[in-house]
Amino acid sequence: MHEMGLALQIVEIAKASLPPELAGARIQRVNLKVGKMAAVVPESLRFCFAAITRNTPMEGAELFMQEVAVVARCGACGHEWTLDGPAFRCPACDSGDVRMLSGRELDIVSIEVEKD
Amino acid sequence: MEIKVVRKVLDVNDTMAARNRELFSSKKVFVLNMMSSPGSGKTTTLEKTLALLAPALRCAVIVGDVCTTNDADRLARTGVPVVQVNTDAFGGDCHLAAHVIEKAAMDLDLDQTELLIVENVGNLVCPAEFDIGEDARVVVLSVTEGEDKPLKYPLMFRVCDAALLNKTDLLPHLDYDKAAVLANIRQIHPQMPIFEISAHSGDGLAPWVDWLKEQVGRKLR
Repeated sequence: MHEMGLALQIVEIAKASLPPELAGARIQRVNLKVGKMAAVVPESLRFCFAAITRNTPMEGAELFMQEVAVVARCGACGHEWTLDGPAFRCPACDSGDVRMLSGRELDIVSIEVEKD
Repeated sequence: MEIKVVRKVLDVNDTMAARNRELFSSKKVFVLNMMSSPGSGKTTTLEKTLALLAPALRCAVIVGDVCTTNDADRLARTGVPVVQVNTDAFGGDCHLAAHVIEKAAMDLDLDQTELLIVENVGNLVCPAEFDIGEDARVVVLSVTEGEDKPLKYPLMFRVCDAALLNKTDLLPHLDYDKAAVLANIRQIHPQMPIFEISAHSGDGLAPWVDWLKEQVGRKLR
């Protein structure tokens, strides 16, 4: 629901990440990591990103989202596993002492710019 | 050419939230972030909770809504300082962000506050993503909502520290599988305490209020 706000942040961070010597270079692609449990709808984020970059130097830039699986670790027996659904109980020992190791990411990994 | 960035998209919010957390800790204020879908009974729960906590515990409330000051008007009658935030001014946001809390907190006397309760915008999705600098999070779910809500909104139930199952006074009139909703919550967050309450009748509020007092006491001691 807040994808427009996220898209604005992504554009801000992308622009701020251009080193001074590349100021003015066109950003072609933004690479993101998006956890499966992050409250983000990829289509909606892409739509917002396209809308706010229209008629700017970033128009047409690609938003690439690499999905990150939900991996959890049991605090009782140390078992680590990848969840295929929202069930946070250890499949090895049935403990409920479970910590999420990944799956909530919403990170900008890199930007790609056009080389002159 | 690729340039490494490695920054959280919500970096700005997270930084602001960390600043809020520092401020609240230095002022010895415990902050509770209260979340739920619209109509689950957050405001009534808050009214009844405040009646049991104040004035022994000095409380204050920040209440977020897209529009209207209805909730703030109701809560003001409890005698507790209330600040209303209308996210409409921020573009009709679906959640309260850390900078909004920082600004709202300026309207409160934090030196005279031990417990600050933030009633978030009614929404089971977005508020779960936005750290506001709170110490604990609670989700209110009512028995007039579907039993599968925890499975539909797992992040919310995962990030909270307690769940309130509200409107239990309506159970005799509903075809509601309470065992199923409890099992669903436990599937997402096995160790989270669940309090069955009726904010309307007051039933079951004592264990919840005791839990909250203990959390506050642990920080302020």
